[in-house]
Amino acid sequence: MAIDSIPEVLFEVRDAAKSFAAVQALRGVDFQIRRGECIGLVGHNGAGKSTLMNVLSGTFAADRGELRFAGLAVGSGWDVREAQRLGVRSVYQELSLCANLSLAENMRIAQPQIKGWNWRMSAGSQLVGSLERIFPGHGLRADQVVGDLSIGKRQMVEIARAFTPGALPLELMILDEPTSSLDNQAAAQLLAYIRAFVALGKSCILISHKLREIFTVTDRIVVMRDGQVVESLLTDQTSRDRVVAAMGQDERVVEKTSHALDQHGSADAPMVVKVSSTKEARAEIKAMAGEVIGLAGLAGHGQTDLLLRLQAGSANLSDARVWIDGATSFVAGDRQTDGVFGLWSIARNMNVCWLSQFRRRVFIDLKKERDGAEHWRQRLGLVTPDLDLPIFSLSGGNQQKVLFARALGSSAPIILMDDPMRGVDVGTKHDVYALIADEASRGRTFVWYTTEFDELFHCDRVYVFNNGKVVGELSRAELSEERVLSMSFDEVAA
Amino acid sequence: MSPIHAKRGVQILHDILPALALAMLLAAVFWRQPRAMSYFGINLLLNLAIPLMFATMAQMMILAVSDLDLSIGPFVSLTASIGATLLPSRPELAVLAFALAVAAYALAGALIESRQLPSIVVTLGLSFVWLGCAVLLLPTPGGLAPEWLSSAMAYRTPWLPMPIWMALLAAVLGHFLVTRSAFGTLVRGLGGNPTAVARVGWSLIRVRAGVYALAGVFGVLSGLMLVGQTTSADPNIASRYTLVSIAAVILGGGKFVGGYVSPVGAVIGALTMTLAASFLTFLNIAPDWQVGMQGLILIMVLGLRAAIDRLERIA
Repeated sequence: MAIDSIPEVLFEVRDAAKSFAAVQALRGVDFQIRRGECIGLVGHNGAGKSTLMNVLSGTFAADRGELRFAGLAVGSGWDVREAQRLGVRSVYQELSLCANLSLAENMRIAQPQIKGWNWRMSAGSQLVGSLERIFPGHGLRADQVVGDLSIGKRQMVEIARAFTPGALPLELMILDEPTSSLDNQAAAQLLAYIRAFVALGKSCILISHKLREIFTVTDRIVVMRDGQVVESLLTDQTSRDRVVAAMGQDERVVEKTSHALDQHGSADAPMVVKVSSTKEARAEIKAMAGEVIGLAGLAGHGQTDLLLRLQAGSANLSDARVWIDGATSFVAGDRQTDGVFGLWSIARNMNVCWLSQFRRRVFIDLKKERDGAEHWRQRLGLVTPDLDLPIFSLSGGNQQKVLFARALGSSAPIILMDDPMRGVDVGTKHDVYALIADEASRGRTFVWYTTEFDELFHCDRVYVFNNGKVVGELSRAELSEERVLSMSFDEVAA
Repeated sequence: MSPIHAKRGVQILHDILPALALAMLLAAVFWRQPRAMSYFGINLLLNLAIPLMFATMAQMMILAVSDLDLSIGPFVSLTASIGATLLPSRPELAVLAFALAVAAYALAGALIESRQLPSIVVTLGLSFVWLGCAVLLLPTPGGLAPEWLSSAMAYRTPWLPMPIWMALLAAVLGHFLVTRSAFGTLVRGLGGNPTAVARVGWSLIRVRAGVYALAGVFGVLSGLMLVGQTTSADPNIASRYTLVSIAAVILGGGKFVGGYVSPVGAVIGALTMTLAASFLTFLNIAPDWQVGMQGLILIMVLGLRAAIDRLERIA
């Protein structure tokens, strides 16, 4: 085939619309991607990025609009199977691996073309091969069961699985928040791999809230707002400010001088949490009432385990090394697994933890319950026409807001947060930061595990984790990305 | 390194626990009655496990996709009834009836997936349909299994008694079908995370229908073997299989959700459940206590498993 006959534009969408019940997710989107191009797709939560991705990958059929792949119109027959046959693959934000299967078996489910009696071996070696290419030093084996892996490792497996060549072509890779659970090292490896991938003439759509990543890796940035594409900018001819402005909100940069630096807890506040270590004194964790404590370090190095131990400690389970004064409430980061009740309404998901406040003898006071939910809807600016709609009618970020309301609405004095901002838009984040500062000033204590470095500046003190242990404590004045990184990698290197 | 080793150790303990329970029960039987330790004795002890093993395989297919089949007992009763009525007189009609029954199972699977219905509700409804059909076919207990079937079930197998051969067959078949094969992987994937399976382009309706059809085939096999052993049938002949088959799968290491099943364990579970029932006769205890004994063994094994899990968490 002559080079000229290959159309320059790989995939084109014209006037695509899609609605879910009351929510109009896409209102006439025009979008195109060329061969060898990497596009960064940015916008608020609920701007329609994930819906557009699902239309491109064939998961959802658009209500109206025209799709052209490699110059040919594809109509109503556009589904996942057809998209994969032509070379479109996706990595979703909510991970899609089967937890009960091994890595090799998950590979086989995605690529049934791997045949023969020894398919397990060849699927496994293909997957490990891609892991090796993308994430050198990953430390995974093909016979490991996905359920035993941390969420960061699972994300690596899913990305590597999608990038494994196989029998079907691979022309377009769509990545939805691929680095949300990866630590910095793995994220950097992925971004480098995307550049190499695009250099081969393949195309890539990267959806991310981390603008730094978008600016590092993409050729063009497409901004979405309210279900429409509002701007398409060449990456090297634009600036962070312009992109943020196009998303429809001004970025409130973390002001190191403003309220973020106010010490939340006072020195003479009572201690509410203490986790002692038998081995080293420096590995002790303490929190005073009204403090915001950050847990830092690479993803999956024991931060979540600590939160779970604190949670168990407050329920009086025997753990001699955990001392905790008062009830705890938990904000899950892995929404699908630990967070939402899929069959329940938004309101019920929100107040399941505080139902006892509305109790009238053995019954629930429905009016009070409704008022409580309404109060938090306004306080968090939840975007929904009705609180009685099912929880999955909300976008990911709004679901996360519901989980915040669930924890903050309880009377628990200690809030545990397990990387709760995963895949949440900048606007929501700043709302929640303000809320945390406000609640802390009223004496609530927060223990906050985060994978986003900037968030640590909202904490009074930060404990850095490495290999399941605390390797250092930093006050906000001492905090710097370099110090956290060097502590995180210290013992791994040694 | 040591946590990984500990984890593997716990996993091995998990895997051998069902076999251990069976071995202890067998040892107790042989201790009370040494003469049972013979070709004939084992045959007598475990004969009833043969149809139950295949009903357990059927149940395991359904549990592998995180569903539950409350109709397998009445379904086995129905196929046994067909075996005792239509099969000897009009074999081609009987084959058609079996094919229709399997097709009905497949349809139920497709319906459960496409309408997102709870499998418990659908199969509970189906159980009454099966019972009704069986009663229509065989209003009073009776009928006669075809000669070839009864003599096949009474065949004296070489070297080992028939229940042992059948257990090996079912375990190997199940292991390859569910644990090793690509189809089995897909089935367990559907049990673990249906969204993930759909996102890579599989038709969930087809997969679930296939799983239910296979369960129907195992159910038919179970009914034929049962009627071959008893030579006559009764519309309620296998009604207790529903719960016993679930217990056997769980005893063998399966879980109710998440696509975790073990075919080898399920076969061992079916043997254990049968032995638990016949064990009481050796202790001269009234057979009324059989179900209680099965329950007791189930509780003990699950209790041990929970203890092992605790061990894992500490390790």
